[in-house]
Amino acid sequence: MPLPSHRLLSGRLGLWWEIFYRFGPPRWTLYMRNNWAGKRLVIALPYLWLVLFFLVPFIIVFKISFSEVRLAMPPYAPLWEWISEKAIDVHLNLGNYLYLVTDDLYISSYLYSIKVAAISTVFCLLIAYPMAYAIARSSPATRSLYLMLIILPFWTSFLLRVYAWIGLLKSNGVINNTLIALGVIDEPITMMQTDFAVFIGIVYSYLPFMILPLYSNLEKHDFTLLEAAADLGAGPIKSFLRITLPLSMPGIIAGSLLVFIPAVGEYVIPSLLGSSDQLMIGRVLSDEFFANRDWPVAGAVAIAMLILLMVPIMVFQHFQSRELAGAK
Amino acid sequence: MSIALRVLFVTAAAALAVSCGKKPAEPAAPAAAEAARPALDTDEEKVLNVYNWSDYIDPTVIPEFEKETGIKVNYDVFDSNEVLETKLLSGNTGYDVVVPSASFMERQIKAGVFMVLDKSKIPNLKNADPDITQRVALHDPGNEHSVNYMWGTSGVGYNVAKIKAAMPDAPVDSWRMFYDPAVVSKFADCGVTLLDAPSEVVGTVLIYLGRDANSEKPEDLKAAEDVLMKIRPYIRYVNSSKYIDDLANGEICLALGWSGDVLQARDRANEAAKGIEIKYHIPKEGAIAFFDNFAIPKDAKHVKNAYLFIDYMMRPDVAAKNTNYVNYASNNAAALPMVDDSVKNDVSIYPTAEVKAKIVPDLAESPEFTRQLTRAWTRFRTGK
Repeated sequence: MPLPSHRLLSGRLGLWWEIFYRFGPPRWTLYMRNNWAGKRLVIALPYLWLVLFFLVPFIIVFKISFSEVRLAMPPYAPLWEWISEKAIDVHLNLGNYLYLVTDDLYISSYLYSIKVAAISTVFCLLIAYPMAYAIARSSPATRSLYLMLIILPFWTSFLLRVYAWIGLLKSNGVINNTLIALGVIDEPITMMQTDFAVFIGIVYSYLPFMILPLYSNLEKHDFTLLEAAADLGAGPIKSFLRITLPLSMPGIIAGSLLVFIPAVGEYVIPSLLGSSDQLMIGRVLSDEFFANRDWPVAGAVAIAMLILLMVPIMVFQHFQSRELAGAK
Repeated sequence: MSIALRVLFVTAAAALAVSCGKKPAEPAAPAAAEAARPALDTDEEKVLNVYNWSDYIDPTVIPEFEKETGIKVNYDVFDSNEVLETKLLSGNTGYDVVVPSASFMERQIKAGVFMVLDKSKIPNLKNADPDITQRVALHDPGNEHSVNYMWGTSGVGYNVAKIKAAMPDAPVDSWRMFYDPAVVSKFADCGVTLLDAPSEVVGTVLIYLGRDANSEKPEDLKAAEDVLMKIRPYIRYVNSSKYIDDLANGEICLALGWSGDVLQARDRANEAAKGIEIKYHIPKEGAIAFFDNFAIPKDAKHVKNAYLFIDYMMRPDVAAKNTNYVNYASNNAAALPMVDDSVKNDVSIYPTAEVKAKIVPDLAESPEFTRQLTRAWTRFRTGK
C-alpha cells in the first residue's frame, strides 16, 4: 500500500484523489517541486483561508468569552480601555467559564450531545461499511454509478432533505399512511419528536461522509490477500476480521470523525425532528445567545465545545501517527 | 455553526418569501405622472431597506408605495425577535425600518439602537388608536422611538371537532385548557403544543394563577414552573411556528398560539376543505398582548424614506388592507371603517372592551431574571 499518509485525505476528496492516483500528479506540480517560491504560495493560500475564516472568528469569540454582558451595542463590555495615555485597563472575566461548571445543564448537554453523536456514528458505520465494501467490489463501470448515487442527494438543500423526513415520519405522513392502508397498524405510530427521528435524520444526513472514506480505503485493498487467506484455511469471517477490518481502520477512523464531529454540534436536525426533552449543546448555545442575550457565556460554551471536539481529533492524530510509524 | 445555519435558514426563507410574494414588475410610471406628483421629501438615494416579520403585509402595499414615491424598497423578512435583535445589537444592519415586538424593543431602546422619531414627519400618526399608543408607551416611554403597526394576543387555538370529542364541556375560553392537568390530559392523545416563548408562556401561567404576569419574584416563577412541570407529560412539543401547519392539517388539536397565526391556520384549514374547523379564544382570565412597532435604527442611511414609509403604512386605507390580509388588529383607529366585517367583528382579533381591560403587556425582564427564566424554561422543556 503506497503512501499511507494520504489515505485520510483520499477519503475527503474522494473521486478527485482517485483521478490523481490513477493519472499521476499534474505537470505543474513537477514544476512546483523545483520552484520553492511557488510551492510556498500553494501552501500559503489554504493557510490564509484558515486564518481568515477560522482563526479570526475564533479569536473574536474567544475575546467575547472573557467579556462581561451589558445592555448596549454590541451587548458586551470591551476587554480593555485606555484610562490614560500610558495606562490600559484590562478586564478579564473568567466567570463565564466558571459558570459552565456551576450548572449541570452544560455538562449534561455536552454528554448528551456526545452520546447522540456516538450512537449516530455507530449506525452510520454499520450501514456504510457493507455499502462501501459492495461498491469497492463491484465492476469499475457500476462503481462510478454507485458513487454518483451517493453524492447525488447533495444537490438538494440539506434543509429540504430534513424537511422531507418530517413529511415521511409525521402521524399522517407517508410511512404511517402506507402502514395503515396495508393494515399493518390501526393507529399511527408517533415517530416525530422522538430520539428515533433525530437518529434517522443524523444517520441519513451524514451517511455519505462515512461511505466515501471507507470506499476509497476498501477500493485499494488487494483482494488476492483474501484468496491467500482462504487457501490457508481461514473462513470468510476470520479473513474479514484478520485482514479486511484491520486494513480498513484508517477509513473507519476518517469516516467516524467526519460523522462524529459535526453531529456533536448538530442544531438543525434535533430542532426540526427531535422533542424538547433532548438538550444538545447546540440548543444550549443558541439559548445563551438568543434567549439570555449573554454573548460572553455563549462564547464560553462555543470555546468549550471546540476544546471538546479537539480531543477526538487528537486521539485520531495519535492513532494515525502510530499507524504510520508501524507502516515504515 | 448552528447559529449561522439558523440565520441562513431565515435568509433563505426570506428570499423564498420575497421571490414568491413579488408581483410581476410594475411598468415604470410615465415621466408626465412623475412630474405631476407633489414633491416628496425623500433621500438622495431613492432606496429603502425594510426588515419586517414574514407574512406580515398585504403583498400589494409595497409595489404601490414604490409606484407612488419612486422609492425602491428592499423588503426582507425575519421569523423571530431574537434574530432581529442579534442583528440590531451587532450594528450596521443596513436596514432603515425594522419591526420589533415591544418587549424586545424596550431593551433595544435602552441599548441605544433606535433614533428618536420626529413626529412632524409622520402626519398620519393622528390616526393612531390612543389606547394602543398608551399601551406601547409602557415599553417606549412617550412613544418617542416607535409607531405601532399591529398588535395581537396569545391564547387558545383549537380543533373544534377533536376537542369536543375528547371533552364535550371543554373550557375553551380558559387557561385551564393548558394548565389544569385534569383538562389538558384529555387532549394529550390528539396533540397539545406551547409556544417556545418563555416570558409569554410563564406570564400566561401567572395569569391563570391570578398573579402578576410580569412578576420577577422567585416564588412566582417557582409557582409557574410547578404548574408547567405537572402538565409537561401532556405536551407534544414546544415550538413557535410548527403549530400553524400542524393545527391546520389535524396533526395537533390544541395550541397555545399567537392570534394571527391560529387564524392563519384556520384559513389554511378552510382552503384545504377537509372539514377541519379551527377556532381561537382569548381566555377569560386575561391574556398577554404583543405589539409590533416600526422603528428606525440610529445608523439608518435612508431616514427620510423611512419616515415616508411609516407615514404611508399609517394611512387608513393601507392599514385596513394590511389588517384584512394578516388578521392582526391595526392600531389605526381611522382604518376601522374600512376593515372587513369578518375581521372587525371577530372578537379574537378586535376583543371587546371588557376583554381588552384584562389584557396585559409582556414587559422586558431584567438580565438576571431572564437567565432564571431561561433556566426554568429549559428544566421544563427537558423535564429535568
